[in-house]
Amino acid sequence: MSDQNYNFAYLDEQTKRMIRRAILKGLAIPGYQVPFASREMPMPYGWGTGGVQVSAATLTPDDTFKVIDQGADDTTNAVSIRKFFERTANVATTEETAKADVIQTRHRIPEAELREDQILVYQVPIPEPLRFLEPRETETRKMHALEEYGLMHVKLYEDISQHGAIATSYAYPVKVEGRYVMDPSPIPKFDNPKMDMPAIQLFGAGREQRIYAVPPYTKIVSLDFEDYPFEATKAEHACDLCGSTHSYLDEVILDDQGNRMFVCSDTDYCRSRRAAGHVGRLGTENELEASA
Amino acid sequence: MQAETSQFSGGFAAPAIDAAHAFRAAMNAMARPGKVFDIHGATPPSVISPAAGTLVLTLCDPETKVFLASDVDTPSLRAWITFHTGAPIVSPDEADFALGGWQALLPLEQYRIGTPEYPDRSATLIVDQPEFDTPNASLSGPGIKDHIAMGLPDVAQLQRNTVLFPLGLDLFFTAGSQIKALPRSSHISEKA
Amino acid sequence: MYVAVKGGERAIDNAHAWLAEERRGDTSVAELSTDQIREQLSLAVNRVMAEGSLYDPDLAALAIKQSRGDLIEAIFLIRAYRTTLPRFGASLPVETADMACDRRISATFKDVPGGQVLGPTFDYTHRLLDFKLAADGEVAPAATSEPRTEPTPHVTGFLGQDGLIQDETPSDETPRDITREPMSYPADRATRLQNLTRGDEGFILSLAYSTQRGYARNHAFVGELRIGKVAVEMEIPELGFAIEIGEMELTECETVNQFAGSKTEPPQFTRGYGLVMGQTERKAIAMALVDRALRWKELGEDFLGAAAQDEEFVLSHSDNIQATGFLEHIKLPHYVDFQAELELVRKLRAEAEQNVATKEAAE
Repeated sequence: MSDQNYNFAYLDEQTKRMIRRAILKGLAIPGYQVPFASREMPMPYGWGTGGVQVSAATLTPDDTFKVIDQGADDTTNAVSIRKFFERTANVATTEETAKADVIQTRHRIPEAELREDQILVYQVPIPEPLRFLEPRETETRKMHALEEYGLMHVKLYEDISQHGAIATSYAYPVKVEGRYVMDPSPIPKFDNPKMDMPAIQLFGAGREQRIYAVPPYTKIVSLDFEDYPFEATKAEHACDLCGSTHSYLDEVILDDQGNRMFVCSDTDYCRSRRAAGHVGRLGTENELEASA
Repeated sequence: MQAETSQFSGGFAAPAIDAAHAFRAAMNAMARPGKVFDIHGATPPSVISPAAGTLVLTLCDPETKVFLASDVDTPSLRAWITFHTGAPIVSPDEADFALGGWQALLPLEQYRIGTPEYPDRSATLIVDQPEFDTPNASLSGPGIKDHIAMGLPDVAQLQRNTVLFPLGLDLFFTAGSQIKALPRSSHISEKA
Repeated sequence: MYVAVKGGERAIDNAHAWLAEERRGDTSVAELSTDQIREQLSLAVNRVMAEGSLYDPDLAALAIKQSRGDLIEAIFLIRAYRTTLPRFGASLPVETADMACDRRISATFKDVPGGQVLGPTFDYTHRLLDFKLAADGEVAPAATSEPRTEPTPHVTGFLGQDGLIQDETPSDETPRDITREPMSYPADRATRLQNLTRGDEGFILSLAYSTQRGYARNHAFVGELRIGKVAVEMEIPELGFAIEIGEMELTECETVNQFAGSKTEPPQFTRGYGLVMGQTERKAIAMALVDRALRWKELGEDFLGAAAQDEEFVLSHSDNIQATGFLEHIKLPHYVDFQAELELVRKLRAEAEQNVATKEAAE
């Protein structure tokens, strides 16, 4: 049911135009963070207000919308955002990646490869990849302008000298089309290689008032060193429900003895594999529930 | 015979919905340089195409400054844009959006190209054409799988624009009810 | 046995229902009306209006009721509401020199034209719990007198006449609107003041306090503090002149600060400025102190490394809606990132153990 008290997709048209202009600039300058006058949304900063504003400016009533948080459609914040758009934009929603036109995500890229006609909207907490090395916006903006990314390489190198490896496991910085260093949002580095994709990727950081974008087929390179190449790692297990060996896994503690199981973080991917007859070490979830 | 649009008519029938669809076309165009998309919803005065008029209504408002090139700077278009968007009409060096035919929009050097800190503070050109140019260039870069052929009004000038990256101009090309785009990020080579 | 966390939607609905019940409290106790909140908790209402950036006491009272008295939550409700409001235009600048003052004091002069007016202040109350109030809150009417009709001149104006206080360059330029434009640095003073006036009272207070304790001390005196109502006027294009569309209560504080000067310029006092919606005296004074501290560059002072001087630090952390949102978002699931860290730590440990083993074997 659409809520008649608010404009389509909640935001007023002038706000949407402002966001839309920022999205176009973002697409034209891939990886550059476009300042935008983020509005106060009826949900807290830090809970996806940037992604929600980008989705609101992007959705049409013909779209089918999917929201995931940690790869799952049924986590509370994903449910809350999905409900918000059902109410304010009257859009159809789905949990199936393949059926979605616009997918808003927090912390994951779906396992299934996205298509040219799909749009992936990321929620971003801190859009500035250099922020934890240099807290001042005035400074980091200069660094981007001068393409001065030495500080980032020094940080990664210090990791190697201390730990013998690059100690960044999520929000792993990437270089976009050889120019801007970009924060891919806090996705696990396992997802980084997927960013070279046919779909449009839009990033919204509400509190920090930044929008950035990656057009389809844009070259995305995870920063690394020749002798310490980037590795897209995951738990070295198969999914205990669907048997997938290629998906990112959540580790679930089962009992007081510390027994664990590993399951796909992408709930739709896991469900569709099980529907297609794939079975993991612990059988299907239904069997598990039946035996519970 | 089609009646000429008055300044009050020719806007979106359903503003929020029409703008959402039109923006999708504009976004797809900017994200996929050289590809053509349908865009409609507005009926501007006949001096510009419906595609250009729709784009103006989708992106312009009192917060954006618009330059009208001499070939489209008519009282009727001024009145139409002012009534429907409230956008101030300005000189080229101040413009966020510049609208007109290619020749009338020149020289490109008169528009803002952004600053190293804020490359987004640049103008977007809406090049309105009777019909799109026949392909004379090959594009590659963000948004393009391998290569795409595109017709450009002046390859050499537009190559000079892309060299400015990350500064530079972004261009929409409109004709009839179709739109395509050339962002500053595309690499342009003369088509063999 | 593992069962995936399902039913987020039902859990959310149930949580909301419980929240509503808790908000109402014991139903044998009469329900609070928003009128009661507006009239009897007016300082809370004022804070919500000021930091919510919306002058509407009724809505602020409703927000306080809905938020169970959590003022930051109430401010959030107001902010989210105001974002959706269409803008019909902008008022003319309000003229605080024409304020109908309920309170007006100066610390820099014993007496001033227009007089020292204490007004409804806690200042000289003894902070003793009034147990009578628990049983009966009715009060006898306070003494009244004829209000002054002539304007009350600003105290700093008297200093200005003699050139003793630094002059501010008047400007008719429309200031930026921080709710419609993204913040960028360096910010001009109008932008800084907008940020401070809706900044968190506690944050601004603490920063101001830090300047008094020596972190960029600027020797502030309250040149004048005034609280009262001002007319809000708007130019109506069809009429061709401005009409009064309402009035609002404001608190204004001008501080007189340490003088600056050089061999070429005679020494002059400098100013800090605070202007806040409603009766919000603590905030207005604090704002003036922080404003003054942030002016170090334009007044040719040194950057002493103090927090209150650091424009980017102050302006990017003053907003309590941004702050509380980001702070509280760490409650949201982060298990995907944690898993990535877990794998990394395991891998690094395995490698370290192997290195130790290899080293021992070699020895």
